Amino acid sequence: MGRIVVDVMLKPEILDPQGQAVAGALPRLGFEGITDVRQGKRFVLTVDGVVTDQHLARAREAAETLLSNPVIEDVVAVTAEGDA
Amino acid sequence: MRIGVVTFPGSLDDRDAARAVRAVGAEAVALWHADRTLRDVDAVILPGGFSYGDYLRCGAIARFAPVMEELVPAAQGGLPVLGICNGFQILCESHLLPGALIRNDHRKFVCIDQKLRVENTSTAWTSDLELGSHIRIPLKNGEGGFVADVPTLERLEGDGRIVFRYAGKNPNGSYRAIAGITNEHGNVVGLMPHPEHAIEEGFGPSTDGLAFFTSVLSRVAA
Repeated sequence: MGRIVVDVMLKPEILDPQGQAVAGALPRLGFEGITDVRQGKRFVLTVDGVVTDQHLARAREAAETLLSNPVIEDVVAVTAEGDA
Repeated sequence: MRIGVVTFPGSLDDRDAARAVRAVGAEAVALWHADRTLRDVDAVILPGGFSYGDYLRCGAIARFAPVMEELVPAAQGGLPVLGICNGFQILCESHLLPGALIRNDHRKFVCIDQKLRVENTSTAWTSDLELGSHIRIPLKNGEGGFVADVPTLERLEGDGRIVFRYAGKNPNGSYRAIAGITNEHGNVVGLMPHPEHAIEEGFGPSTDGLAFFTSVLSRVAA
Protein backbone atom coordinates (compact mmCIF):
# COMPACT_ATOMS: atom_id res chain seq x y z
CA MET A 1 0.00 0.00 0.00
CA GLY A 2 1.65 3.22 -1.15
CA ARG A 3 0.83 6.76 -0.15
CA ILE A 4 1.06 9.99 -2.10
CA VAL A 5 1.04 13.30 -0.27
CA VAL A 6 -0.39 16.40 -1.96
CA ASP A 7 0.21 19.80 -0.38
CA VAL A 8 -1.92 22.77 -1.42
CA MET A 9 -1.46 26.36 -0.27
CA LEU A 10 -3.40 29.56 -0.92
CA LYS A 11 -1.53 31.78 -3.37
CA PRO A 12 0.56 34.37 -1.51
CA GLU A 13 -1.57 37.26 -2.78
CA ILE A 14 -4.86 35.74 -1.54
CA LEU A 15 -6.03 36.80 1.91
CA ASP A 16 -6.01 33.90 4.40
CA PRO A 17 -8.52 34.70 7.18
CA GLN A 18 -8.00 31.30 8.84
CA GLY A 19 -4.24 31.80 8.98
CA GLN A 20 -4.81 35.26 10.44
CA ALA A 21 -7.07 33.82 13.15
CA VAL A 22 -4.34 31.35 14.08
CA ALA A 23 -1.72 34.10 14.00
CA GLY A 24 -3.88 36.13 16.36
CA ALA A 25 -4.25 33.25 18.83
CA LEU A 26 -0.56 32.28 19.05
CA PRO A 27 0.71 35.26 21.10
CA ARG A 28 -2.16 34.82 23.56
CA LEU A 29 -0.77 31.34 24.27
CA GLY A 30 2.74 32.66 24.69
CA PHE A 31 4.06 31.75 21.24
CA GLU A 32 5.88 34.98 20.53
CA GLY A 33 7.91 35.97 17.50
CA ILE A 34 5.69 34.37 14.83
CA THR A 35 4.92 37.21 12.43
CA ASP A 36 2.53 35.45 10.01
CA VAL A 37 0.62 32.19 9.55
CA ARG A 38 -0.64 30.75 6.28
CA GLN A 39 -2.86 27.68 6.49
CA GLY A 40 -2.85 25.05 3.74
CA LYS A 41 -4.24 21.62 3.02
CA ARG A 42 -2.57 18.21 2.94
CA PHE A 43 -4.14 15.25 1.12
CA VAL A 44 -2.86 11.72 1.60
CA LEU A 45 -3.83 9.45 -1.30
CA THR A 46 -3.50 5.70 -0.80
CA VAL A 47 -2.89 3.38 -3.77
CA ASP A 48 -2.49 -0.37 -4.16
CA GLY A 49 1.11 -1.53 -4.26
CA VAL A 50 4.10 0.74 -4.44
CA VAL A 51 3.76 4.26 -5.82
CA THR A 52 4.67 4.33 -9.51
CA ASP A 53 5.43 7.26 -11.80
CA GLN A 54 2.01 6.70 -13.33
CA HIS A 55 0.36 7.00 -9.90
CA LEU A 56 2.24 10.24 -9.34
CA ALA A 57 1.25 11.61 -12.73
CA ARG A 58 -2.42 10.85 -12.06
CA ALA A 59 -2.13 12.36 -8.57
CA ARG A 60 -0.70 15.55 -10.06
CA GLU A 61 -3.64 15.66 -12.47
CA ALA A 62 -6.10 15.16 -9.58
CA ALA A 63 -4.30 17.85 -7.60
CA GLU A 64 -4.72 20.37 -10.42
CA THR A 65 -8.30 19.34 -11.22
CA LEU A 66 -10.10 18.77 -7.94
CA LEU A 67 -7.80 19.10 -4.94
CA SER A 68 -6.86 22.70 -5.72
CA ASN A 69 -8.48 25.69 -7.40
CA PRO A 70 -5.81 27.29 -9.59
CA VAL A 71 -7.52 30.67 -9.25
CA ILE A 72 -6.63 30.91 -5.56
CA GLU A 73 -4.34 28.00 -4.72
CA ASP A 74 -0.99 26.46 -5.69
CA VAL A 75 -0.14 22.77 -5.60
CA VAL A 76 3.20 23.05 -3.81
CA ALA A 77 4.17 19.36 -3.72
CA VAL A 78 3.06 15.93 -4.91
CA THR A 79 5.36 13.31 -3.39
CA ALA A 80 5.40 9.61 -2.65
CA GLU A 81 5.45 9.18 1.12
CA GLY A 82 8.90 8.22 2.25
CA ASP A 83 10.56 10.19 -0.59
CA ALA A 84 10.68 13.40 1.35
CA MET B 1 -41.52 28.67 -19.75
CA ARG B 2 -39.61 26.02 -17.79
CA ILE B 3 -36.88 27.00 -15.36
CA GLY B 4 -34.80 24.25 -13.76
CA VAL B 5 -33.60 24.42 -10.16
CA VAL B 6 -30.76 22.03 -9.33
CA THR B 7 -30.72 20.27 -5.96
CA PHE B 8 -27.35 19.02 -4.73
CA PRO B 9 -26.87 17.16 -1.44
CA GLY B 10 -26.78 20.08 0.99
CA SER B 11 -28.68 22.63 -1.12
CA LEU B 12 -30.90 24.79 1.09
CA ASP B 13 -32.58 27.39 -1.05
CA ASP B 14 -33.81 25.25 -3.93
CA ARG B 15 -37.40 25.43 -2.73
CA ASP B 16 -37.37 29.20 -2.37
CA ALA B 17 -35.82 29.48 -5.84
CA ALA B 18 -38.58 27.26 -7.27
CA ARG B 19 -41.15 29.37 -5.46
CA ALA B 20 -39.73 32.55 -6.99
CA VAL B 21 -39.95 30.95 -10.42
CA ARG B 22 -43.63 30.13 -9.85
CA ALA B 23 -44.26 33.62 -8.49
CA VAL B 24 -43.55 35.10 -11.93
CA GLY B 25 -45.76 32.53 -13.65
CA ALA B 26 -43.13 30.10 -14.91
CA GLU B 27 -42.90 26.37 -14.30
CA ALA B 28 -40.20 25.28 -11.83
CA VAL B 29 -38.55 22.04 -12.88
CA ALA B 30 -36.65 20.11 -10.21
CA LEU B 31 -33.24 18.96 -11.46
CA TRP B 32 -31.22 16.42 -9.50
CA HIS B 33 -27.44 16.56 -9.17
CA ALA B 34 -27.00 12.90 -10.13
CA ASP B 35 -29.06 13.11 -13.35
CA ARG B 36 -27.39 13.62 -16.70
CA THR B 37 -30.26 15.69 -18.05
CA LEU B 38 -31.52 19.26 -17.95
CA ARG B 39 -35.07 18.13 -18.91
CA ASP B 40 -35.28 20.61 -21.79
CA VAL B 41 -35.55 23.63 -19.49
CA ASP B 42 -35.22 27.19 -20.82
CA ALA B 43 -33.00 28.40 -17.97
CA VAL B 44 -31.34 26.99 -14.84
CA ILE B 45 -30.86 28.25 -11.28
CA LEU B 46 -28.08 26.90 -9.05
CA PRO B 47 -29.42 27.66 -5.57
CA GLY B 48 -27.78 28.54 -2.28
CA GLY B 49 -26.82 26.19 0.49
CA PHE B 50 -23.87 24.01 1.38
CA SER B 51 -23.50 21.48 -1.42
CA TYR B 52 -21.49 18.48 -0.25
CA GLY B 53 -21.13 20.21 3.12
CA ASP B 54 -18.78 22.80 1.58
CA TYR B 55 -16.10 20.08 1.89
CA LEU B 56 -12.79 20.71 0.13
CA ARG B 57 -13.86 24.17 -1.13
CA CYS B 58 -17.35 25.65 -1.51
CA GLY B 59 -18.76 24.30 -4.77
CA ALA B 60 -15.65 22.24 -5.60
CA ILE B 61 -17.35 18.86 -5.50
CA ALA B 62 -20.69 20.03 -6.91
CA ARG B 63 -18.81 21.23 -9.95
CA PHE B 64 -18.19 17.60 -10.95
CA ALA B 65 -21.77 16.37 -10.36
CA PRO B 66 -23.28 14.56 -13.38
CA VAL B 67 -25.84 17.34 -13.97
CA MET B 68 -22.97 19.83 -14.31
CA GLU B 69 -21.56 17.85 -17.24
CA GLU B 70 -24.76 18.83 -19.06
CA LEU B 71 -25.01 22.32 -17.64
CA VAL B 72 -21.49 23.57 -18.43
CA PRO B 73 -21.71 23.09 -22.23
CA ALA B 74 -25.32 24.36 -22.24
CA ALA B 75 -24.26 27.53 -20.41
CA GLN B 76 -21.36 27.99 -22.80
CA GLY B 77 -23.93 27.67 -25.60
CA GLY B 78 -26.08 30.50 -24.22
CA LEU B 79 -28.53 28.89 -21.77
CA PRO B 80 -29.41 31.45 -19.07
CA VAL B 81 -27.94 30.31 -15.73
CA LEU B 82 -28.23 32.09 -12.39
CA GLY B 83 -25.98 31.04 -9.50
CA ILE B 84 -27.01 32.35 -6.10
CA CYS B 85 -24.57 32.16 -3.17
CA ASN B 86 -23.38 28.52 -3.22
CA GLY B 87 -24.55 28.52 -6.85
CA PHE B 88 -22.16 31.43 -7.55
CA GLN B 89 -19.37 29.46 -5.88
CA ILE B 90 -20.18 26.47 -8.12
CA LEU B 91 -20.12 28.68 -11.25
CA CYS B 92 -16.67 29.97 -10.29
CA GLU B 93 -15.36 26.48 -9.55
CA SER B 94 -16.76 25.38 -12.94
CA HIS B 95 -14.90 28.26 -14.64
CA LEU B 96 -18.17 29.48 -16.14
CA LEU B 97 -17.36 32.67 -14.22
CA PRO B 98 -13.88 33.96 -13.31
CA GLY B 99 -12.53 34.43 -9.81
CA ALA B 100 -13.33 32.57 -6.60
CA LEU B 101 -15.13 33.06 -3.29
CA ILE B 102 -13.14 32.77 -0.08
CA ARG B 103 -13.91 33.09 3.63
CA ASN B 104 -15.23 36.51 4.71
CA ASP B 105 -12.31 38.73 5.72
CA HIS B 106 -13.77 39.24 9.22
CA ARG B 107 -14.23 35.44 9.57
CA LYS B 108 -17.85 35.66 10.70
CA PHE B 109 -20.99 34.44 9.00
CA VAL B 110 -23.14 37.37 7.86
CA CYS B 111 -26.92 37.42 7.58
CA ILE B 112 -28.16 40.89 6.69
CA ASP B 113 -30.40 42.84 4.35
CA GLN B 114 -27.81 44.11 1.89
CA LYS B 115 -28.01 47.14 -0.36
CA LEU B 116 -26.58 46.60 -3.85
CA ARG B 117 -25.87 48.96 -6.71
CA VAL B 118 -27.06 47.64 -10.09
CA GLU B 119 -24.26 48.08 -12.64
CA ASN B 120 -25.29 45.95 -15.61
CA THR B 121 -28.86 45.56 -16.90
CA SER B 122 -28.02 43.83 -20.18
CA THR B 123 -27.75 40.32 -18.71
CA ALA B 124 -30.40 37.62 -19.01
CA TRP B 125 -31.22 38.02 -15.32
CA THR B 126 -31.11 41.80 -14.77
CA SER B 127 -32.86 43.46 -17.74
CA ASP B 128 -35.87 44.42 -15.60
CA LEU B 129 -33.68 46.25 -13.08
CA GLU B 130 -32.76 49.90 -13.47
CA LEU B 131 -29.14 50.75 -14.22
CA GLY B 132 -27.52 52.65 -11.36
CA SER B 133 -30.40 51.96 -9.00
CA HIS B 134 -30.09 50.30 -5.61
CA ILE B 135 -31.84 47.14 -4.48
CA ARG B 136 -31.99 45.52 -1.05
CA ILE B 137 -31.99 41.73 -0.72
CA PRO B 138 -30.71 39.25 1.89
CA LEU B 139 -27.05 38.29 2.10
CA LYS B 140 -26.08 35.25 4.16
CA ASN B 141 -22.75 33.54 3.83
CA GLY B 142 -19.51 32.61 5.52
CA GLU B 143 -17.44 32.45 2.36
CA GLY B 144 -18.56 35.33 0.19
CA GLY B 145 -15.33 37.20 -0.38
CA PHE B 146 -14.92 37.57 -4.14
CA VAL B 147 -11.28 37.40 -5.22
CA ALA B 148 -9.50 37.38 -8.58
CA ASP B 149 -6.12 38.51 -9.87
CA VAL B 150 -5.71 42.11 -10.99
CA PRO B 151 -5.84 41.42 -14.77
CA THR B 152 -9.13 39.53 -14.27
CA LEU B 153 -10.57 42.37 -12.16
CA GLU B 154 -9.51 44.91 -14.79
CA ARG B 155 -11.10 42.83 -17.54
CA LEU B 156 -14.36 42.54 -15.57
CA GLU B 157 -14.39 46.31 -14.97
CA GLY B 158 -13.47 47.14 -18.56
CA ASP B 159 -16.05 44.83 -20.10
CA GLY B 160 -18.83 45.97 -17.77
CA ARG B 161 -19.21 42.48 -16.38
CA ILE B 162 -19.59 43.55 -12.76
CA VAL B 163 -23.36 43.27 -12.35
CA PHE B 164 -23.73 44.21 -8.67
CA ARG B 165 -21.53 45.97 -6.16
CA TYR B 166 -22.10 46.16 -2.40
CA ALA B 167 -23.29 49.64 -1.45
CA GLY B 168 -22.08 51.07 1.84
CA LYS B 169 -19.85 48.92 4.02
CA ASN B 170 -18.23 45.97 2.25
CA PRO B 171 -19.80 43.01 4.10
CA ASN B 172 -17.23 40.30 3.36
CA GLY B 173 -14.02 41.78 1.97
CA SER B 174 -14.89 41.16 -1.69
CA TYR B 175 -12.34 42.78 -3.99
CA ARG B 176 -13.71 46.04 -5.40
CA ALA B 177 -16.94 45.38 -3.45
CA ILE B 178 -18.05 42.92 -6.13
CA ALA B 179 -21.31 41.18 -5.25
CA GLY B 180 -22.13 39.65 -8.64
CA ILE B 181 -20.65 39.20 -12.11
CA THR B 182 -21.61 37.86 -15.52
CA ASN B 183 -19.88 35.95 -18.32
CA GLU B 184 -18.96 37.63 -21.60
CA HIS B 185 -22.30 36.76 -23.21
CA GLY B 186 -24.44 37.93 -20.28
CA ASN B 187 -26.35 34.65 -20.00
CA VAL B 188 -24.55 33.40 -16.88
CA VAL B 189 -24.85 35.52 -13.73
CA GLY B 190 -23.56 34.71 -10.26
CA LEU B 191 -24.07 36.68 -7.06
CA MET B 192 -23.72 36.09 -3.33
CA PRO B 193 -26.94 37.87 -2.19
CA HIS B 194 -30.31 36.11 -2.50
CA PRO B 195 -32.97 37.53 -4.83
CA GLU B 196 -35.20 34.48 -4.27
CA HIS B 197 -35.69 35.53 -0.63
CA ALA B 198 -37.08 38.94 -1.62
CA ILE B 199 -40.09 38.32 -3.83
CA GLU B 200 -43.09 38.82 -1.59
CA GLU B 201 -44.46 41.57 0.61
CA GLY B 202 -44.07 40.70 4.30
CA PHE B 203 -41.21 38.27 3.72
CA GLY B 204 -37.74 39.72 3.36
CA PRO B 205 -36.63 43.32 3.00
CA SER B 206 -38.23 44.09 -0.38
CA THR B 207 -39.64 42.55 -3.53
CA ASP B 208 -36.57 43.62 -5.52
CA GLY B 209 -35.71 39.98 -6.20
CA LEU B 210 -38.70 39.49 -8.51
CA ALA B 211 -37.00 41.41 -11.31
CA PHE B 212 -34.35 38.68 -11.69
CA PHE B 213 -37.02 36.14 -12.54
CA THR B 214 -39.15 38.40 -14.75
CA SER B 215 -35.97 39.38 -16.61
CA VAL B 216 -35.18 35.83 -17.65
CA LEU B 217 -38.77 35.32 -18.80
CA SER B 218 -38.39 38.22 -21.22
CA ARG B 219 -35.01 36.89 -22.36
CA VAL B 220 -36.30 33.41 -23.08
CA ALA B 221 -39.47 34.72 -24.77
CA ALA B 222 -37.47 37.06 -27.00
